[in-house]
Amino acid sequence: MRIKGRVWKFGDNISTDHITPGRYFHLRSNIQELARHVMEDADPEFPRKVKPGDIIAAGKNFGLGSSREYAPRVIKISGVSCILAKSFARIFYRNAINIGLPVITCDTDRIDEGDEVEIDVEKGIVRNLTKGEEIPASPIPPFMLRILEDGGIEEHIKKYGDFRLEE
Amino acid sequence: MGKTITEKIFSEKLKRDVRAGEIVVSPIDLAFVQDGTGPLSIEELEKLNMVRVFDSGKVILFIDHASPSPRRELSNMHIKLREFSKKTGCILSDVGYGVCHEVVVEEYASPGDVIIGADSHTCTAGALGAFATGMGSTDVALGMALGKQWFRVPETLRFVVQGTLPPGVYSKDLILHIIGMIGADGATYKAMEFEGEAIEKLSMEARFTLTNMAVEAGAKTGLIATDEKTREYLKSMGREEKYREIKPDADAEYEKTYTIDASSLEPVVAFPHTVDNVKSIKEAEGIEIDQVYIGTCTNGRLEDLRIAAQILRGREVRTRLIVVPASRKVYLDALKEGLIEIFVRAGGAVISPGCGPCVGIHQGVLGDKERVLSTQNRNFKGRMGNPEGEIFLASPATAAATALEGKITDPRRYL
Ligand code: SF4
Repeated sequence: MRIKGRVWKFGDNISTDHITPGRYFHLRSNIQELARHVMEDADPEFPRKVKPGDIIAAGKNFGLGSSREYAPRVIKISGVSCILAKSFARIFYRNAINIGLPVITCDTDRIDEGDEVEIDVEKGIVRNLTKGEEIPASPIPPFMLRILEDGGIEEHIKKYGDFRLEE
Repeated sequence: MGKTITEKIFSEKLKRDVRAGEIVVSPIDLAFVQDGTGPLSIEELEKLNMVRVFDSGKVILFIDHASPSPRRELSNMHIKLREFSKKTGCILSDVGYGVCHEVVVEEYASPGDVIIGADSHTCTAGALGAFATGMGSTDVALGMALGKQWFRVPETLRFVVQGTLPPGVYSKDLILHIIGMIGADGATYKAMEFEGEAIEKLSMEARFTLTNMAVEAGAKTGLIATDEKTREYLKSMGREEKYREIKPDADAEYEKTYTIDASSLEPVVAFPHTVDNVKSIKEAEGIEIDQVYIGTCTNGRLEDLRIAAQILRGREVRTRLIVVPASRKVYLDALKEGLIEIFVRAGGAVISPGCGPCVGIHQGVLGDKERVLSTQNRNFKGRMGNPEGEIFLASPATAAATALEGKITDPRRYL
């Protein structure tokens, strides 16, 4: 899986409340509408600025907070193709993989807003094309990588009828 | 080499030696969702043509987050949950019955269980010696239908808490202190085990406050070995037969051990906008507060209400005060003890059991530039419905004292 896109930069501790605020709780019944407020409390302009294929690069502990699967879902609906972060909160990480949104753990300090990056998901390599640098990424655990390659947990279950840990 | 509580529970479930780091598929004893996450779980099951549950007595749908419903869209989501319960026979916990995590520990969670919930604070039940963890809607949906889920068995951080908490310092102060110490990502992917003299002395109710907030340090769950207090608690809930011993081995392997002297602790306050922004009460005192909230799955239990009522008795508040018992049982017990009358006479607004204003949907949404001191577990920007508001977190005692003075106040002055 190879992904290329332009970066939007965020800091540490972007919570699920930043990504999809509780005041839009009622819009969970209409996820397309909910997605129009994506990341609003981290950057009110983001919903208007983000373009399909863009990439989020953030600091540590991205997605901390609630278990709301709407958080990665609205990010995916907004067109974001991948999230890079120094670290992810565990429920968010698992939810993202489950819905087929690549999440890559790597050092994001040398990635700036507007940089063009290319990611090789399987090899765990992030290339900053703007700066001409290569950044090693922590590998996605093999079983989770399989879920991601299957297109998410829903497709995985459709394919195997069960959790398929082994090859 | 011995095992941690987590390794013991999974070894028992899989009937083989299971160690931290392994990925396992384990049977589960309970799966639950709430009104914010459940409708999506049901949609997923519909998409997969799996509208069924593995055991109707082990799947629960909670209507607690927006309860009673403040809007039509949410009422329609509630209908979806009620219909699913009718179709599959699974348990419905409807408006007014309580916050999921409180009802789960009162009525369902038992030592040795593996529990998944589509809510991050599912880890609360870990104080009963259960492995309980929060997941997303789809993961829990699959657990509801298949009766199992996959887990990466986490490494464990051990917190040995020695001594005794001084008067005016509670388990809320202890867990805030720990999160301040290790950071909001200090336990990411790990389990936290709490032990030591101070933990043994805590009531079950106070222990739930600790495990409830494990996720605020990024942990997968928080666990406490069972003891006589666990037995007594289960007995008081009419479930004594569910008691059994769940303890780590003496030579269990921990990733790291932290030792804390409880007697050196003070009341603390988490400042906006992260839970690990913890400061001593001295640094917080005097900050003006508009609203005080006592309740939630963290601190809405009877013991919490008693602590607050003791301070509020016969006095009048200077802030808005909102009190929400965590469950119908807590509400009824508080009524019997006269606590509710104390809150109302003090000028408080008592709201029926549920999440109340905790998640910013209704019942106490902050105005611009307003500050709230709450007994809840998180203070992220926008959490209580307004990104222009500020949330401070503290114990029920600090909350009550603060309500009386209109500014953050050391509760020890009212003891
Ligand atoms: S009381 Fe607050 S933290 Fe607890 S389950 Fe409800 S919304 Fe979540």
